[in-house]
Amino acid sequence: MPTDIEVKKLDDFRWLLPKKGKMRTEGLVYADERMMAVIRKDASLEQVANVACLPGIVGRSLAMPDIHWGYGFPIGGVAAFDMEDGIVSPGGVGYDINCGVRLLRSGLDAGEIRDQIPALVEALFKNIPSGVGSRRKDLRLSAHEMDSVLVKGAGWAVSQGYGSKEDLEHIEEQGCIAGGNPEYVSQRARTRGKDQLGTLGSGNHFVEVGYVETVYDEAAAEALSLHEGQVTVLVHTGSRGLGHQVCDDYIKALLKASAKYKIDLPDKQLCCAPLASKESRHYLSAMACAANFAFCNRQLITHWVRETLQDVLQTGPRGLGLQLVYDICHNIAKVETHNVEGKARKLCVHRKGATRAFPPHSPFLPDEYKEVGQPVLIPGDMGRYSYVLVGTETALRETFGSTCHGAGRVMSRRQAQKVARGRAIVRELEDKGIYVRGAGKGTIMEEIPEAYKDVADVVNIVHQAGIGKKVVRLRPMGVIKG
Amino acid sequence: MSKKYEFIEHTADLGLKAYGASIEELFVNAAEGFFDVIVSPKSVEEREERVIEVEAEALDELMVSWLSELLYIHDTEKLVFKCFEVKRLKGNQVEAIARGELLDPARHEIKTGIKAVTYHQLYVEESEGGWETQVIFDI
Repeated sequence: MPTDIEVKKLDDFRWLLPKKGKMRTEGLVYADERMMAVIRKDASLEQVANVACLPGIVGRSLAMPDIHWGYGFPIGGVAAFDMEDGIVSPGGVGYDINCGVRLLRSGLDAGEIRDQIPALVEALFKNIPSGVGSRRKDLRLSAHEMDSVLVKGAGWAVSQGYGSKEDLEHIEEQGCIAGGNPEYVSQRARTRGKDQLGTLGSGNHFVEVGYVETVYDEAAAEALSLHEGQVTVLVHTGSRGLGHQVCDDYIKALLKASAKYKIDLPDKQLCCAPLASKESRHYLSAMACAANFAFCNRQLITHWVRETLQDVLQTGPRGLGLQLVYDICHNIAKVETHNVEGKARKLCVHRKGATRAFPPHSPFLPDEYKEVGQPVLIPGDMGRYSYVLVGTETALRETFGSTCHGAGRVMSRRQAQKVARGRAIVRELEDKGIYVRGAGKGTIMEEIPEAYKDVADVVNIVHQAGIGKKVVRLRPMGVIKG
Repeated sequence: MSKKYEFIEHTADLGLKAYGASIEELFVNAAEGFFDVIVSPKSVEEREERVIEVEAEALDELMVSWLSELLYIHDTEKLVFKCFEVKRLKGNQVEAIARGELLDPARHEIKTGIKAVTYHQLYVEESEGGWETQVIFDI
């Protein structure tokens, strides 16, 4: 449904939604003219306005250029709430809590491994459970071990030999969001998560072997130890059924809380609770557990990626040099301190389909990235490219240190299936030098490149608006899909 | 009533409109539509059954709880269902039987995995012609 909501152009990349009706603040959308025309085709701007109606919102209700219609909150939305009179909303995080991306760099050159890509992809597909219902038979966790995963996140995986301490230093929050109490995670969530730790899942999740195709900023690339031609691996997945169930459980609980605390909801999916309430404390604790499950999930998958590459390429760990560049969340609520009109304030920042993008000298960065800023990983569709950016001061000032998260779909899944019907999609991609293996034929058809916006358009907007800085572009060579 | 359900599409998500002459039929048709998103119903046989009992605060929320319960069983027991029988539906409680079988990747092609049933733009309404519901899924 196209929207007729009023927007005012502030500059080439910023659009304001004036305060209207029950809105407590303005909305701000990062887009250019062309992107704005696409955004107006769905109801996502109304969703930006709806979020602006929620109690205790601080600053503006923000939308990244990859914004699209979500349930309740738009996908590509950022909103911060005051810890005293604001709220937290499970719908503002989403079902796939801590869905995120990590990037590994290697000591290999694309030319060296190109011939082995099919074998590599087949081996990755075998070793990393993908699609509905698959799992690793050798990973069985006791209830006690699952508790440790929920509390420690990626740290649990490292303590069991899956990866190293250096990995942890290169993950947002060191791979563990504090305050996770497994008591607040339901038995149902545990049951759904039990067989799904260390699995990719279905939909848009993937593992992609690619290489650095273009370097935009030599100095920044060097700081991230990235150079042209270098082989990289991207992993995109989240908290699987455990996270979905945590979200589901707490939407139910917070629907009741919204009534109890008399919060007026424009849509049930926006249900929330005051940050000062016990309901919100319980949600944030369960959300931390689910986020930790996701960090652990990506850590386990990373371990199997390393094993698989060693195996197929017959190279030791040192020869491969598969080091973690960074790991970021793109569905999360975090308690952060931000400078608001000259005052440091503790806020609960919701990023739903948005990435943290902290600037150089942020205390939350590993030492070697102090000068360059936080790596921001923006995956595109499987046929084109993905980007590595770094965070900026402008992002910290304007968007609570946030930027875009990906391409965003332009076609619904069924529309994509229709477009793909009768075409040999796998073959088409192979002709472009990309070897793809998916669990279901349906998934590959739904994920055809033209079903997505060109991620270059999204990234160019955040780069020109200054809320992210382009460093390199990655090109896929081999992809496994859930 | 001729049409049991139809899919509604958004760019990132997928939803369902279901119809029924009675509220019981509405719940049955919504469940059939729900599994038609996941797997082709023609390929599913009735070999297993599960008794389902759920309750909620309101009728529209009951629809979400009902489909969420089916999703939970699908996700944890790897079952796919095709046939549903509502035994009782009263006071925002539903008691039903779902029949289907274990997921077999050799015979069942998964169409789309569903992560969750949302409350977004949710309704369950009675009109002159019978009952109608709309539910949006996170996929």
